[in-house]
Amino acid sequence: MAPKLPPQPPLQHNTTAVADGQSHGHAAPPKGILRWLLTTNHKEIGSLYLIFSLTMFFIGGIFALVVRAELFQPGLQLVEPEFFNQMTTMHGLIMVFAAVMPAFTGLANWMIPLQIGAPDMALPRLNNFSFWLLPVSFTLLLSTLLMPGGGPNFGWTFYAPLSTNFAPPSTTFFILALHIAGISSILGAINIIATILNMRAPGMRLMDMPLFVWTWLITAFLLIAVMPVLAGVITMMLMDINFGTSFFDAAGGGDPVLFQHLFWFFGHPEVYIMILPAFGIVSAIIPTFARKPLFGYASMVYATAAIALLSFLVWAHHMFIVGLPLVAELFFMYSTMLIAVPTGVKVFNWVTTLFRGSISFESPMLFALAFVVLFTIGGFSGLMLAIAPADFQYHDTYFVVAHFHYVLVPGAIFAIMAGVYYWLPKWTGHYPNEKLAQWHFWFSIIGVNLTFFPMHFAGLAGMPRRIPDYALQFADFNLLSSIGAFFFGASQLLFVLGVILCVRGGKKAPAKAWEGAEDLEWTVPSPAPLHTFETPPVFHRTSH
Amino acid sequence: MDSQEQARVGVRRTVIRTIAALIGMFGFAFALVPLYDVFCSITGINGKVDATAKSVVHEEVDESRYINVQFITRGSPGLPWQMSVEMRQMSVHPGQMAEVDFTFTNNSHSESWGRAVPSVSPSNATLHLRKISCFCFQEQQLQANERLTIPLVFQLARDLPDDINTITLVYTLYPVEREIQSITLNNALNSSSNKDSQNDSKNSSKNNKAAGEAI
Repeated sequence: MAPKLPPQPPLQHNTTAVADGQSHGHAAPPKGILRWLLTTNHKEIGSLYLIFSLTMFFIGGIFALVVRAELFQPGLQLVEPEFFNQMTTMHGLIMVFAAVMPAFTGLANWMIPLQIGAPDMALPRLNNFSFWLLPVSFTLLLSTLLMPGGGPNFGWTFYAPLSTNFAPPSTTFFILALHIAGISSILGAINIIATILNMRAPGMRLMDMPLFVWTWLITAFLLIAVMPVLAGVITMMLMDINFGTSFFDAAGGGDPVLFQHLFWFFGHPEVYIMILPAFGIVSAIIPTFARKPLFGYASMVYATAAIALLSFLVWAHHMFIVGLPLVAELFFMYSTMLIAVPTGVKVFNWVTTLFRGSISFESPMLFALAFVVLFTIGGFSGLMLAIAPADFQYHDTYFVVAHFHYVLVPGAIFAIMAGVYYWLPKWTGHYPNEKLAQWHFWFSIIGVNLTFFPMHFAGLAGMPRRIPDYALQFADFNLLSSIGAFFFGASQLLFVLGVILCVRGGKKAPAKAWEGAEDLEWTVPSPAPLHTFETPPVFHRTSH
Repeated sequence: MDSQEQARVGVRRTVIRTIAALIGMFGFAFALVPLYDVFCSITGINGKVDATAKSVVHEEVDESRYINVQFITRGSPGLPWQMSVEMRQMSVHPGQMAEVDFTFTNNSHSESWGRAVPSVSPSNATLHLRKISCFCFQEQQLQANERLTIPLVFQLARDLPDDINTITLVYTLYPVEREIQSITLNNALNSSSNKDSQNDSKNSSKNNKAAGEAI
C-alpha cells in the first residue's frame, strides 16, 4: 500500500461560469467577530459548523476517556458512580447532537451549493440562525454539569421515569438545550430541502445530483419527520416534571413503555440521519480514487430511500425485552433484517465500483475503504441484535455498545474525516499533508479496533453497559478497550494538526484537486472563492 | 431573472410545506398518546386490564386444563401501605370462577388514599382474564393503621390461547392525591344517587366490596 502523492491533475479546465465574487460589488463584510456572527455565506457557515463539531468531538471524547479510565480496572477508582453516569450520558448526547449531526450539516452547507451549482443556500439568514443556536444549546447543556445535583445522568436515551421522577433538577435545562438543538437541526433541514429542490443548476435533474446531495435530501426529510417527535417527547417530559401531568407515570395512568415507543420512533430514524450522509461522502470518494464512475447510481438512490422508509418501521427492535407480544417481536425482527437488503446493495455497489478500477490510496480513500469494511462489521452485529431471541441475551450489554460504535465511529466519523481530507483542497487551496494524514489513518484504525472490538466479547460474556464497575472476568477486555480509547483519542490530535497545517499552507491544489473527481465543485478554483456560481454553471450530464 | 423569481417562489412553497409537515409531526407525537392507549386496549397487548367489572359468563368449565395464576403485589414510594395476598399462586380451570383475598394495610398514622393498578403478563392473556370484582376498579381509602381485606373474583375465558399455562397478575400500589380524589368523589356523588357513600369511613370495608360487586 504505497502512499502516493496526490496525482497531478490534467490541465485545469477553467470555467466561465465561475464568477469572481469580490469584483461583483458585494458589501464589504464586517470585520472581526461580527463577521462570523452575522455571516450569511454558506461556506463560512459551513466552516463554523465544522469547527464547532470538531470542538465538541473533543469535549465528548474527553467524557468518553473519563469513562474508559474508570473502566480500565475493575472496582471504583477515579470517579463517583453518579459522575460516571453523567459522563456516559453527556458523551452520548454531545457526540450525537453536537459532533456528528453538525459535522454533516457543515459539510452540507459547504458542498451542496457547490455540487448543485447554486450561489448559496436558499435561506442564508436562517442558515446563520440555525448555526448560532448550537453554541447556545450546548453551552447550556454542558453547564448542567456544574449545577447542583449534576447534569443528566440517565443515559442519552433518557428513558422516563428515570429522566422524570428520578432525574436531577437540571433536567429542565437539558430539555431546553435539546429543544434548541432540535430547532437548529429542523431549520437546517428546511434550508437544505429548499436549496436542493429549487436551486439546482439549469439542466440538472434530481437523478443527476451527486449522491452526497441525494443522501442529504433524504436525511433532511427524515429530520423533518422525526425531530418534531423528539420535541414532543421532551415536551411531555417537561410537563411530567414541572406541570404535574403523567404521560409516562403509571401512578397517574401514564405508561413508561409509551416513552420508549415515542423515543425510538424518533431514535431509529435518527441513527440513519447520522449514517446516510456518510454513504453519500463515500459514494463520492470511492469513484474518484478508483477512477471509475459509481456502479449502480440509481440503485444507490433507491437503496437510500428504502433505508429511510424502513427506518420508520423498525423502532421497537430497541425494545424487544419490554414485553412485546410475539407478533410484534416477529414483525420488528423481520423488518429490521429487511434493512440489510438495501444496505447490502450499497456495499455491493461500492465494491463493484472498486472492481478493476485503477485505485490509488490517498488519505480520503483510505478512510472511505475503512468505512466500507468496518461499517459492514457494525452492520453484521446489528443483524445479530435484530434476532429477537438472541437480543434477550445481548440487550444492554457491551455487545450493543460495540455495535453502535462500529457504525458511528469507523462509520459516520471516518466518513466525515474522509470527506474533510477529500474537500480540504477545495476549502483551503492546499492539499493536506499526506504523510501526516496517513499516520492519522493508521493510528485511528488501530485505535478504533482496539477500543471497540474487545467490547463484542465482553458483551457476549454478559458485561452490562452503563455500569462503572464490572466482574473480574471482564478485566482483560476492558484493559484493551481503555488502552485503545486513549490511543484513538490522542491520534485525533494529528487530525487537528493536519487541518491547521493545511489551512496555513501546503502544496497548492488546482481546481480539480483529484484526478478522478467529476462533480461540479471541482470546476471552481481552489480555494473556492467566497461567492461562486453567481451565474448558474452549464451542467453537462456525465456519468450516471 | 425569470428563473430567479421561479426559484424564490419554489423556495417559499417548499418552506411552507415543510413547516406544515413539522407541525403535523409535532401534533402526531401528541396524538400517539391517546392512540397508543386505544391500540393497547383493543389489542390488549400492554397488559392493561379494562377497569370495569365483567359479568360472569356461565360456560362449561374446561377441566382438561389447569392454568397457574400467580399474584405479585408491589408498593410504591410515597404511599406507606402494604399489600399482601392470601396465596402467591393458584391453579384454575378455564371457565371456572375463582376468588382470592388481598389485604391492604396502612402502616402510617394518618388516613390516605391509594389505588392498586393491575398489569397482566403475558400480555396476550389480558383479554381473556375477566374480572368480576376487583379492588382495582376504584381507589381505596384507609384510616390510620387500618387493615382491609378485599377479594378479587375472576374467571379465565375458555378461549384462552393454548400456549398460555401461567398468567401473572401484578398489582402496584400508587398514592392518590387527596384534593383530586375529593373533587372526583364530589362529582361522583353529585351525578349519581349512589347511597353507598364512601365518606362513611366506618363501613368503608363493606362499601368497597359492595361497590366492586355492584358495578
